[in-house]
Amino acid sequence: MTSLSALLLLAIIVTDLYIISTGRLGSCIRATALQGVLLALLPPVIYADSTAEQWFHIGLMSVGTLVLKAGVIPWLLARAMREANVRRETEPFVSLHVSVVLGALLVALGFWMGKRLPLPVPIGSPLLVPASLATILMGFLVLVGRKMAIAQVVGYLVLENGVFIFGLTLARALPFVIELGVLLDLLVGVFVMGIAIHHISREFDDIDTDALASLRD
Amino acid sequence: MRDIIIHLVILLVLPPLLLGAITKTKAFFAGRSGPPLLQTYHDIYRLLRKGAVYSTATTWVFRAGPIVSLATVMIAGLLVPFGGNRATFVFAGDMIVFAYLLGLGRFFTMAAALDTGSSFEGMGASREAAFASLAEPALFLVLAVLAVLAHSVSLQEAFGVLATGTWGQMAPVLVVACIGLAVVLLAENSRIPVDDPATHLELTMLHEVMVLDHSGPDLAFIVYGSTMKLFLFGALLLQLVLPAPVLLGAQGVGLFCVGELVVAVLVGACESIIARLRLQRVPQFLVAAAVLGGLGVTILFAGGLR
Amino acid sequence: MTLLSVVATSLALLFASGVASLLLYRSPRFATAVASAGAVIGCVMGLAASVYALVSGAPEEIVRAAWHLPVGEFHVGVDALSIFFLLCIYVVSGLSALYAVGYMGSYRERNLALPAFFFNLLIVSMIVVVVARDAVLFLMAWEIMTMASYFLVTFEDQRDEVRRAGFTYLIASHVSVVFVFVLFAFLSHETGGASFDFGGFAQHQSWPHAVGATALVLALIGFGTKAGFWPMHIWLPDAHPAAPSHVSALMSGVMIKMGIYGILRTLTFLGPPPIWWGGLVVAIGAVSGIIGVIYALAQHDLKRLLAYHSIENIGIIALGIGVGLIGQAFRNPALAFAGYAGALLHVLNHGLFKGLLFHCAGSVLHATGTRDIDKLGGLYRHMKLTGTTFLIGAVAICGLPPLNGFVSEWLIYYGAFRSGFTLSGAGAIAAVVALTALSLIGGLAVACFVKVFGVVFLGAPRSPEAEHAHGAPLSMRLATVAGAAACIAIGFWPQGAVRIVAEPAKLLVGQEATAGDLATAVGPIALVAAILAGLTLTLALLRWSLLRGREIRTTPTWGCGYPATTPRMQYTAASFASPLLEPFAMLLRRRVHQDGPSGYFPSHAHHDLHYDDLAGERILLPLTRKIVAALGRMRIIQHGHINIYLAYILLTFVVLLAWQLARLRG
Repeated sequence: MTSLSALLLLAIIVTDLYIISTGRLGSCIRATALQGVLLALLPPVIYADSTAEQWFHIGLMSVGTLVLKAGVIPWLLARAMREANVRRETEPFVSLHVSVVLGALLVALGFWMGKRLPLPVPIGSPLLVPASLATILMGFLVLVGRKMAIAQVVGYLVLENGVFIFGLTLARALPFVIELGVLLDLLVGVFVMGIAIHHISREFDDIDTDALASLRD
Repeated sequence: MRDIIIHLVILLVLPPLLLGAITKTKAFFAGRSGPPLLQTYHDIYRLLRKGAVYSTATTWVFRAGPIVSLATVMIAGLLVPFGGNRATFVFAGDMIVFAYLLGLGRFFTMAAALDTGSSFEGMGASREAAFASLAEPALFLVLAVLAVLAHSVSLQEAFGVLATGTWGQMAPVLVVACIGLAVVLLAENSRIPVDDPATHLELTMLHEVMVLDHSGPDLAFIVYGSTMKLFLFGALLLQLVLPAPVLLGAQGVGLFCVGELVVAVLVGACESIIARLRLQRVPQFLVAAAVLGGLGVTILFAGGLR
Repeated sequence: MTLLSVVATSLALLFASGVASLLLYRSPRFATAVASAGAVIGCVMGLAASVYALVSGAPEEIVRAAWHLPVGEFHVGVDALSIFFLLCIYVVSGLSALYAVGYMGSYRERNLALPAFFFNLLIVSMIVVVVARDAVLFLMAWEIMTMASYFLVTFEDQRDEVRRAGFTYLIASHVSVVFVFVLFAFLSHETGGASFDFGGFAQHQSWPHAVGATALVLALIGFGTKAGFWPMHIWLPDAHPAAPSHVSALMSGVMIKMGIYGILRTLTFLGPPPIWWGGLVVAIGAVSGIIGVIYALAQHDLKRLLAYHSIENIGIIALGIGVGLIGQAFRNPALAFAGYAGALLHVLNHGLFKGLLFHCAGSVLHATGTRDIDKLGGLYRHMKLTGTTFLIGAVAICGLPPLNGFVSEWLIYYGAFRSGFTLSGAGAIAAVVALTALSLIGGLAVACFVKVFGVVFLGAPRSPEAEHAHGAPLSMRLATVAGAAACIAIGFWPQGAVRIVAEPAKLLVGQEATAGDLATAVGPIALVAAILAGLTLTLALLRWSLLRGREIRTTPTWGCGYPATTPRMQYTAASFASPLLEPFAMLLRRRVHQDGPSGYFPSHAHHDLHYDDLAGERILLPLTRKIVAALGRMRIIQHGHINIYLAYILLTFVVLLAWQLARLRG
């Protein structure tokens, strides 16, 4: 099953790269939804040789992920996008050309760090840690590089997805708690950002976070 | 000897068929019946029988363009194995020669375009130069993946090593390499979404506009050469996708030829269902291909699969 | 006759003819001719001897003689590495000297004896740099080389930009020499401090890691400034266009290679490298190569563009050296050999084709009086030979088969590809980075030279100057033809080229290398080149026989229905490069002066586009500002009173005396 899980992780990295290389918010959101589906597939593929009791946890994890990350959150985001009436990131801080190249470098960095990182427990796939680190780093890149609040939520989601993948390395040792925690703070994050977007759009008729800079002293 | 003859026959005879297959596919998607499958052969033959018109501005460079580009593609064709059929030239480092021969052909095509002194052709050459030079790293990264997987710098040997098992273990690497190579194929052969081969209007000025002033046998050489180039990239892609044992023996060669047609149909389908990219977006598309190639290399070295 | 005696004879000839030209200063034409004749004869002699020495096995020769300096002996010698660089110097210098006869003829009103003298002095100093075997002689020759080339760069000193270019060059050269000086002092100190003898450095094989690393960094900065590594390259794009064209050819063709020689020589002292050295040199090479070629694309001054290509090619050479270092670090002599052989051959090749291209650029300048590419066009009609040789040089510099540039790039690729699957971890990654960078550089170089060749020589003339261009004098034509012939010869006979670089590459690898394998490996390239030539000829014949007896019409270029096209509507160099520069916009600064058409009947419009090199402004200037600010505190000691300075001298004297005396007692 190594190969299948490796393919899934690879697809996740490719969706990351797609997210950082596209300026269209709609595409970004669809890509996060796709990433959610891929994430949901990941636990059963990696831990295919589990016992019946473990399967329960894994199934729960998968279904939860699918519903939240591939369904609810993208739907909320898409709605927010429609309401705020923004389509694309016009002037990102980091231009799209540069961010693709930076993304490639971050992937390489993720792989390098993943190789060095000592892990206490044996993990399901050699690509697991590198992919999670790369995803976390690219999530940061989106958070840093974009102005639009929706794009930043997407970046935050990508970051969370990276943490989720990392959590999978421990899924068998500490199954339930970590997953719940991950899903929970993700939900909190989306709420916070959702409220923020709502307020920003009402106050300024604009969800360009650059405009927040005018609030400083 | 037999291999050489079969190789030459395939290389010299089959390529124009691909263009026919692409046109047929596009016609099918558009609900038309389209020109016959063998139309390209007829076109080439018709052009070979014509006289020629040259611009007063041109020098011998303009006349050399089609000749050099056809000659380089033909020699590049001798380096690529066709399924179970051995390549005519096999030596360590022929991958590099393959890429650079095509570069030489491109140099002369672009120089010939500039020789006419027309700004249309200059524009085509400029865009071709931009996209080709960005496609180059992508091609080389894919070749690097291939070389590292197969421990060889020769196309024949590298493709010979890719076994069925390689796909089992190295699937992620091969998948990204294939996508990268597919993008390079589309870019190098001026297909949608990089260029629209059906027209030479201003917005799509790439390959077609560069050869706008050529006529008669010169144009025949260009058309023939460009189909051959498509065939060669198709051959690379096909042998990356299909493991070597499948392509062994006589039926392997047959399978290879069918596979080339499938590649052509896929290219045609691709052209029918997706739109051409905006010109400013094309570099990003090519950089993405290079990034995919780089991803393949990264996984190969650091992913612990090896 | 030993090689050293031939070298000595050629040195004498070069120097004597230089002095003779000074004596003949009243007759400018004669002065140039005498100096050039001496240089050509000397170079041919030296070239024959060095080729023979390299092919026959390159015995090491050393001559020591006492001299009246307190730092050891006067010490010259040749080994394979020196001989190879001698070969490069001789071949390019000979061609440039030949070219000078015709080229300098157009400066009839100037004193031509001085540039002729400095030209020969520059060749002499480079030869001495290469054969010097102790640091003192090396530095002396290095300094003469800098000064001689400075006076050549500032030949047209009535022009403001030439003076400024000369000043930048002088400063950069002296920064470089400080680092080189520190490097030798450091090495000398680490080997016991007794001598500055290269032999002593080389025998001291076990350097501590930190010492080796420091020496490498010093060498990379010091020699790298001369070679033109990014970002220390800033002098190069100013100095090359300012100098007369044959001097640009010599400077770009061989003088900057003295930096490469210095780095390689230092590497022979330092013994087996750790892996990260290879990675560092690959990174430097990749950055210099890519940025060099991007800036070249942005230029529209012909010679400035070629100068940026020198930075690119130095980057390619560094990539080769990096691959060599990686191979050495992994104790894989075959890979190291391929990398070093590629780098060395590229040194020679770049000398040949860059010399050729600068000569052709000189012919263009000579014929039209302008270096602005966008004012030229259609020159091929009037300058068939220059156009053809320029095309050969352009194909060669792009590294395309079947010419010489391909052979050296192929060797580097070959080493890098093989390192990719033979080595593990960092070595393999660095190798893949090297080959990716090389492919990007190659693609961009093709774009750039299509642009130059197409815009300058093809199409229709864009200005009256271009329309009334004339051919070049005989000596200039001879020099370009010889250069082009050399490019073709190496491309079609790569085995011979590999034999020439085999000995020096072995010396660099240090272990038992496999020259024979590589000579066999390049065999197929020769075959491909031959088949390519044959097939092209066959197709040309086919086309000819097809068209025979048929109607061939000539008409104006089709204007897509627009009847009033003018040559100025052709695609310019700036428009050609524009889509390529877009993705790299962050590396460049665009300056646009635009005065667009307005009103219903617009009378005039103007558009002017420049790209600035940001290395000086963004990297070097802030750095120097910081250094100057840090050193500002030292100003306290500057009062301007002469008495105080005398007091300083006294103080220094007393302190030194006291120190030495204290040491003696201890």
